[in-house]
Amino acid sequence: MALAKRIIPCLDVDNGRVVKGVQFLDIRDAGDPVEIAKRYNLEGADEITFLDITASHEGRDTTVHTVEKIASEVFIPLTVGGGIRTVEDIRRMLNAGADKVGINSAAVFNPDFVKAASDRFGAQCIVVAIDAKRVSLAGEIPRWEIFTHGGRKPTGIDAVEWAIRMAEYGAGEILLTSMDGDGTKQGYDLGVTRAISDAVPVPVIASGGVGNLQHLCDGVTQGRADAVLAASIFHFREYTVPQAKAFMHAQGIEVRL
Amino acid sequence: MTSTVKSRQTVAVIDYGMGNLHSVASALSHVAPEMNVVVTSDPVVVAAAERVVFPGVGAIRDCMAEIKRLGFDKLLREQIATGKPVLAICVGLQALMNHSEENGGVDCIGILPGNVRFFGEHHKDAMNNPLKVPHMGWNQVNHNDHRLWADIPQGSRFYFVHSFYVRAEDQALVAATCDYGLLFHAALAQDNLFAVQFHPEKSHTAGLQLLKNFLHWDGKA
Repeated sequence: MALAKRIIPCLDVDNGRVVKGVQFLDIRDAGDPVEIAKRYNLEGADEITFLDITASHEGRDTTVHTVEKIASEVFIPLTVGGGIRTVEDIRRMLNAGADKVGINSAAVFNPDFVKAASDRFGAQCIVVAIDAKRVSLAGEIPRWEIFTHGGRKPTGIDAVEWAIRMAEYGAGEILLTSMDGDGTKQGYDLGVTRAISDAVPVPVIASGGVGNLQHLCDGVTQGRADAVLAASIFHFREYTVPQAKAFMHAQGIEVRL
Repeated sequence: MTSTVKSRQTVAVIDYGMGNLHSVASALSHVAPEMNVVVTSDPVVVAAAERVVFPGVGAIRDCMAEIKRLGFDKLLREQIATGKPVLAICVGLQALMNHSEENGGVDCIGILPGNVRFFGEHHKDAMNNPLKVPHMGWNQVNHNDHRLWADIPQGSRFYFVHSFYVRAEDQALVAATCDYGLLFHAALAQDNLFAVQFHPEKSHTAGLQLLKNFLHWDGKA
């Protein structure tokens, strides 16, 4: 008996539609977020992550309504990230029915925001999202840096040190996305996943690059992630959540069946 | 609009400003659309309800401060004394204990004898592997034969998210246990009061079944 490793389908939502891009570009429509979330809930997903990639204010209002609709029909935890910059943004999302919020760029620009958010709402609902990219060359000791603005802006901050600091500041969980892997279907960056997972006391969600079910297993067994996140393999029906769980279970990974 | 049929039962979800109560309310409405679910901080509404849900998330210091400021410690004692079914969830359970280690030590309401303890910075499993804190995710629950577990298979998984756990002084109160490096009390029951550490409103089929059982419970052990 042990805590199950979580499987988390991720909805990247732009103006009320689920989209999926490759390395943050080449966006493809994947459907209605409420319908997709309901399907994952029914299939036995352990949690749903909703990333709002909308740039406009109108889009943000749409997001609140979409979160409300999902929360009233989906009875598993819901994390909402994207554009969370203030305590008021967090309150708005929690009131709409989110259980956790993902803080990304705002944490980089103002790390104390994570402290304030965690103090106010509790560490259990503060997920710090880290976009990491390998910056070491082949043959060098591996090193990853965090990037902001959808992976476009380097910050010079070491990803592992940053994760440790964010956990100290009150992050209840780390959502780690490998920029190199995202959308490529080549698998998670297991090096950075393992490095961060071993370094922080809080749970780590591996994200970015899942192309098949073995990648999910590798994220847990080699990356030591507590949860594995994937988008396109589920959205485009390459695999269902029950298939993913059965596959992981067959490899001896504890999952909720 | 809400109908005003007199026979319609009301479930009051106590709102003391801590966290997202909509999940609890929408899960209750989902399993019992025939009932009137209200999220309220009005003691009169709570007293008039047939059933009471006492949720809670966040830090215990802030929760207890609000509970005391609003006089909800007294209200809860009175409501439990009426014999009506009461369900406490997560920090709601912790607030009912005598004392919590969180925030440097906080006195709680003291309706259930026992304490709230920290899993620890360097929590480990039996094989000495490090365990993450908070305990976050789906873990198996071993339950007794209390009626709130009806149609919930032994060992079902529920969604937990907490860094502090409850240890009741009286084993007779323990309605379920869960293993996370140590065996902790996942549910306590005392007469018409049932209290759980996990989030039934976020625990899909098993959680919704427990809420359904609560809404059809007469409050008798």
